[in-house]
Amino acid sequence: MTNRILLAVDGSPGSGKAIKFALECAKNSGAKVIVAYVIEWSPYSFNTPEENAERHQRRNQEIDRATSSIVDPVVAKLKKAGIDAAGQVRHGHPAQTLAELAQETDASQIFIGRLGETGLKSMIFGSVAANLVQTSSVPVTVVP
Amino acid sequence: MKRILIALGALILLTLPASAGIDETINDATAPIAKLIGQIVFFKIPLFGADLPLVVLWLVIGAIFFTVYLGFINVRGFKHAIELVRGDYANPKHAGEVSHFQALATAVSGTVGIGNIGGVAVAVTVGGPGATFWLIMAGFLGMSTKFVECTLGVKYRNENPDGSVSGGPMYYLRKGFSERGMDGFGKFMGTFYAIGIFIGALGIGNMFQSNQAYVQLNNVAGGGLDGFGWLVGLIMAAVVFSVIVGGIKSIAKVTEKIVPFMAIFYCVFALIVILMNFTSIPAAIGNIFTGAMTGEGVAGGAIGALIIGFQRAVFSNEAGIGSASIAHSAVRTNEPVTEGVVSLLEPFIDTIVICTITALVIGTSQVADPGFAGDAKGIAMTSAAFERQLSWFPIPLAFAGVLFAFSTMISWSYYGLKGWTYLFGESMRGQTIYKLLFCAFVALGCVVQLGPILEISDALVFLICVPNILGLYFLAPIVKKEMNSYFARIESGEIKKFSNV
Repeated sequence: MTNRILLAVDGSPGSGKAIKFALECAKNSGAKVIVAYVIEWSPYSFNTPEENAERHQRRNQEIDRATSSIVDPVVAKLKKAGIDAAGQVRHGHPAQTLAELAQETDASQIFIGRLGETGLKSMIFGSVAANLVQTSSVPVTVVP
Repeated sequence: MKRILIALGALILLTLPASAGIDETINDATAPIAKLIGQIVFFKIPLFGADLPLVVLWLVIGAIFFTVYLGFINVRGFKHAIELVRGDYANPKHAGEVSHFQALATAVSGTVGIGNIGGVAVAVTVGGPGATFWLIMAGFLGMSTKFVECTLGVKYRNENPDGSVSGGPMYYLRKGFSERGMDGFGKFMGTFYAIGIFIGALGIGNMFQSNQAYVQLNNVAGGGLDGFGWLVGLIMAAVVFSVIVGGIKSIAKVTEKIVPFMAIFYCVFALIVILMNFTSIPAAIGNIFTGAMTGEGVAGGAIGALIIGFQRAVFSNEAGIGSASIAHSAVRTNEPVTEGVVSLLEPFIDTIVICTITALVIGTSQVADPGFAGDAKGIAMTSAAFERQLSWFPIPLAFAGVLFAFSTMISWSYYGLKGWTYLFGESMRGQTIYKLLFCAFVALGCVVQLGPILEISDALVFLICVPNILGLYFLAPIVKKEMNSYFARIESGEIKKFSNV
């Protein structure tokens, strides 16, 4: 088993708690933390031709924005605490992509906050954390 | 933004008086030109008592050539096309780029339109049930033409400094001929194509669509919109304006989302009507085959049916016109062949599936009741065939027709824009001018009698098949080489599936 944690973040208060928890765990165990953010995206949506033509550009903008405003601050915080940390931003279906990222980065477990989805939205689409628990091939810790 | 609005207002005001008088002036002025261009482009040679337009022959020979030359890629590539669209070969690291599915969906939204509903009825009226057989055959062969076009579109596209892409026939014609040492000729062909697609976008892709949308709305309203063409035109222009100039993506998003469902909705109810006519199915299918071989009751017999079928198929799936190649160029892939393979599904969906279903709805109705449509022609005839079984259907059908027209306008606004930027550069100001012009034509389409203007645009769209297919012949060896290399790497396992399902 590798000593690597995949930490899912989304900038919400819920993920703040997960970050704190990951920081403590990594400090105690010396684990490496991979901070991951998934930009929700489906390959099966319908677009106008113009949107398609600009897609590459937009994608880079989305990744840059997510990296600088969500992922990088967390990585910096972890590094400051002396933890080996790296960031990952990817497009896709959140739960599925997090599960794939865990496999790809060889993480032995995933930490995720309850990402603050409440009410109707989570009733219809399910929460990311709950979906991840169902699909992940490594242990998932949901931080309340 | 304010200045743009004022400009649009002025343009629209200019179009208003068109309803009173200018209409005729425009028609009178353009009619002789339209006639001349039409005669040249649709130059007909008499063949066994039927008139065969040369341009249709040009398209058909091209499609047969590419099908044979590429070893029936339309059959061989079919399964792989579905795997690509499903995302089996999609690298998760590239998630967020335009997927094969999205490129296909966008291109299909541009081609599925009034032609699938009304055009088929025209084909059956003029060419008899046998025209359906040739329509399907043309769709089948057209798959190969699309494959070549879209592969080349991706291979020779331009990547702009800002990361966006511009591609399509004007780029592969220019660069492809230039590569073969025919620099001047390539430039000429590229420019020629760009002008043609630009003007075609204002006609077939714009005025014709807004006009047909108005006609359908008026039909459903029982003629209540007579004389209100200017109002409908203004509303449509405003909606198109808000999408292509105002960048209100939500309207486009909504349409692009509804159109596929409308297409499915249409097919489902068409199948229901066909099933309700089930006793007529064997006779209707029999008529399609015997009609194709004998051409009974059709001017020019079987050849006449063949010509009509092929012509309507091209109108509907645009194979050989090169427009889809512009839409497909947006996909970011290292393998241009993948986009070509995906695009061959387009004539399949558009012509072989949707047009055939429409033809069967009409065919089974005809068998059951030969006089079902009365004098109705075109889309009204299709509507009557549905109405025989489902009395409420004309209303959703008209709604679908309007949406199809709208999504076709959005797609063609982009094709025309790419022709424009090819000619005048990528400056934002120039693009805005083009978009305003496009909106003005949307309004105009509902007001003027289309006759001559439409003929010019129609002729021009067919005229650009000439340089396009000529270019395809020249560049076909490159496509073949790429295709063989790609499929060899699939065979050897060098290109692997990412999802192991």
